[in-house]
Amino acid sequence: MSLFASDVAIVGGGLIGSSAALALRRLGFSVVLIERDLCGARASGVNFGGVRRQGRSIGQLHLAMRAHAIWQRLPELIGTDGEYVQSGHLKLARSPQDLAALAEYRERTSDFDLKLEILEGAEFRRRFPMFGEGVAGGSLSPEDGQANPRLVAPAFARAAASAGVIVLERCHLTSMAREERSFLLRAEAGVEIRAQHLINAAGGWGHEVASHFGDHLPLKVGYPTMAVTEPLPAVLGVSLGVEGGGFYARQVARGNLVMGGGFGEATGPGTSRPGRRPMASVAEQAAAILPALRHAQVIRFWSGTEGYTPDKNPVIDFSPTTSGLIHAFGFSGGGFQIAPAVGEVLAELVRDGTSTTPLDSFRINRFNPHPMSEASIL
Amino acid sequence: MSTDRVVVIGAGPAGIRAAETLVRNGIRPVLIDEAARGGGQIYRQPPRAFRRSGKDLYGWEAPKADGVHSALARIMPDIDYHPETLVWNAREGKLDLLRAGRVAEISFDRIIVATGARDRVLPFEGWTMPGVFSLGAAQIALKYQGALLGPRIVFAGTGPLLYLVAYQYAAAGAAVAGVIDSAPFGAQVRALPDLLRQPVTLAKGLFYRAFLHARGIPVWNAALPVEALGSGTVEGLTWSRKGQRQDIACDAVATGFGLCSETQIADLLGCKFEYDDSQRCYLPQVDGAGRSSRAEVYLAGDGSGIGGADLAERAGERAALALLEDIGHSHDNARAVVLDGEIGKLRHFRRGLETAFPAPGFGDFQLNDDLIICRCEEITFGEARRAIAANEISELNRLKALTRIGMGRCQGRSCAPAAAELLAQCSGGGLASAGRLRAQAPIKPVPLAAIGVPPP
Repeated sequence: MSLFASDVAIVGGGLIGSSAALALRRLGFSVVLIERDLCGARASGVNFGGVRRQGRSIGQLHLAMRAHAIWQRLPELIGTDGEYVQSGHLKLARSPQDLAALAEYRERTSDFDLKLEILEGAEFRRRFPMFGEGVAGGSLSPEDGQANPRLVAPAFARAAASAGVIVLERCHLTSMAREERSFLLRAEAGVEIRAQHLINAAGGWGHEVASHFGDHLPLKVGYPTMAVTEPLPAVLGVSLGVEGGGFYARQVARGNLVMGGGFGEATGPGTSRPGRRPMASVAEQAAAILPALRHAQVIRFWSGTEGYTPDKNPVIDFSPTTSGLIHAFGFSGGGFQIAPAVGEVLAELVRDGTSTTPLDSFRINRFNPHPMSEASIL
Repeated sequence: MSTDRVVVIGAGPAGIRAAETLVRNGIRPVLIDEAARGGGQIYRQPPRAFRRSGKDLYGWEAPKADGVHSALARIMPDIDYHPETLVWNAREGKLDLLRAGRVAEISFDRIIVATGARDRVLPFEGWTMPGVFSLGAAQIALKYQGALLGPRIVFAGTGPLLYLVAYQYAAAGAAVAGVIDSAPFGAQVRALPDLLRQPVTLAKGLFYRAFLHARGIPVWNAALPVEALGSGTVEGLTWSRKGQRQDIACDAVATGFGLCSETQIADLLGCKFEYDDSQRCYLPQVDGAGRSSRAEVYLAGDGSGIGGADLAERAGERAALALLEDIGHSHDNARAVVLDGEIGKLRHFRRGLETAFPAPGFGDFQLNDDLIICRCEEITFGEARRAIAANEISELNRLKALTRIGMGRCQGRSCAPAAAELLAQCSGGGLASAGRLRAQAPIKPVPLAAIGVPPP
């Protein structure tokens, strides 16, 4: 029998949960971080590794700008740079319409210091000679970049543990309840955790944790398909996306081209595999966009479990039904870059009940009509 | 039910006997194989234009090799045979193939997976130097191309293959400079009671040893390779026995510490695995007849646990009979009973071989921090050890995530056994708790341009 009592309990040891744990600890809270597997082993550790602000909605850019500053001091925060490089992020256009959309995005986000540069024609070819004929131009975000999620996600959990967070890995919760004065969580092997605050950072399983407390939030689980080639000569300096989505790529220092697009399928509870169609689509687009690499060998496809909300914005909000409960999930494939800021925001929510970063786009009440909110009003 | 499409992967002894049994019972199977000609690794055939005799190629095993090859030739009109075809992905009811640079897809209702084995390689200083080969590679060079690695070659490792290949090389005229067996001679004596269950096979093993002895080729037991010597290419091998080191001059080293089952396809098909103490690795669960944990998947031969060629032939036939039974097809029950008996005896003999050629203690290897453990990703033992200590790593997939070990072209084929041993050694948790690397498609590298064409 192990008993833990803390100010905050966090369900989910992914990047969101781990960065929240670290931020809370730095504010002086006692924290227990509960992870069913190993911290950062799921979507947080196997995602594409894009660290980009470009392409995010206005609502997310406040968070992304805050995160951008944190990425610059990663070694100081978690003891590793996680292979973070400001390689620049280039969003490709494959038609005049795409270019217009990119230009329109630059206008719309001019309040933020993204330094976006729209490139086309000869100038684009001169600076990016590696792209195939179908690429018309692109929008370069010079200060965005990429990092290695396999290293970053576990490093946040490790830093949290070093800072005094109690990290319970391979810990299977058997019950969660809001009691009069605190939350009581029970896990296998007689583990009991009491906490004043509970953060639901369960990622692709966040809706299951939420509905446990009567918050029924719309979340669709998806399994992004990603691929990596053998190491290749340096061809691609920037991290890559395409207008309209469906393909993304980056080349790491070792030379491997990491890429992805499309969705795979579930194979069981918590496991998934890359889909055959997205495999073909990713490979086809890679060969078209980077023709020099068409004979490169793919050495691995993989997939992870990610939760998607209807508007692709996460939920970062207090539970409407349960006091002391905060939900933070549904990052919809875009959580990696903003996660360090989300951690700080969650710590502020616990401490102050509000955050200095605007969270309007992430409110639960945007999913209206909301049956359980109505029920709780009644 | 006989309209079910049955696919057999692998045209070695197990796959060919499985296909033959299906044909005999009126089913037309699909047989997929990576090689150009059937036979598997053990009975690998040279290119058609080559004219070496079966006796030259396979020695005493020539009649068995001929039996397997003839069986394939006989059933050829009654099967759909896909040689030179890689199965690079397996999913629910479907396989993804690569042939001549093009992808294809094939569906199945039932499948017999007979994917064989690869060498179990353990690292020593210089093991990545040109001139150091696996035992299996040395044998392929000889059987497939009639080429000798060498001219002066040392064989280092353990297992029956060590003596067989050394013998084959010596018989083919190579200068075998020595055989270094990590197994103590006492183990081979202890194994005699089990080995006597197959006296003919045992006699062959003893003959190989006697043959080497008669040729004046030294055989050292309880000895380990320490360092492949040379600048750029192998010029010698330092080996040790009871703390004493010696150098031996040679141009090539062939090494292998037993075999590992090729289980990636079984893994992608969703078969459950369990730890096998005698083979020091995780293997797919399989019943005596070849049924896996999945109703549509059958496993046979070395791919489901190392048993050798004789066992593989019978296991292939037995798995086909189990499949026929399961789909309600008429089949020869009496034959199944006979096979069960033979398989039981062969497994007993196998146990004897495992006693005779135990895997060496990993602690006996001198694995310095600057030695490469993962050659694809160029990760050293030092990096691995530091990562294990700093992150309290106790499981292989986490080791892979944090260090890249097993993340390269070979997908862990080469380094996983050593990585598992190292993890068990550092964490003190044992091999079972170190887990296993999850298989991921493509099982072997496939070009982007090929995958990019959607299957027809």
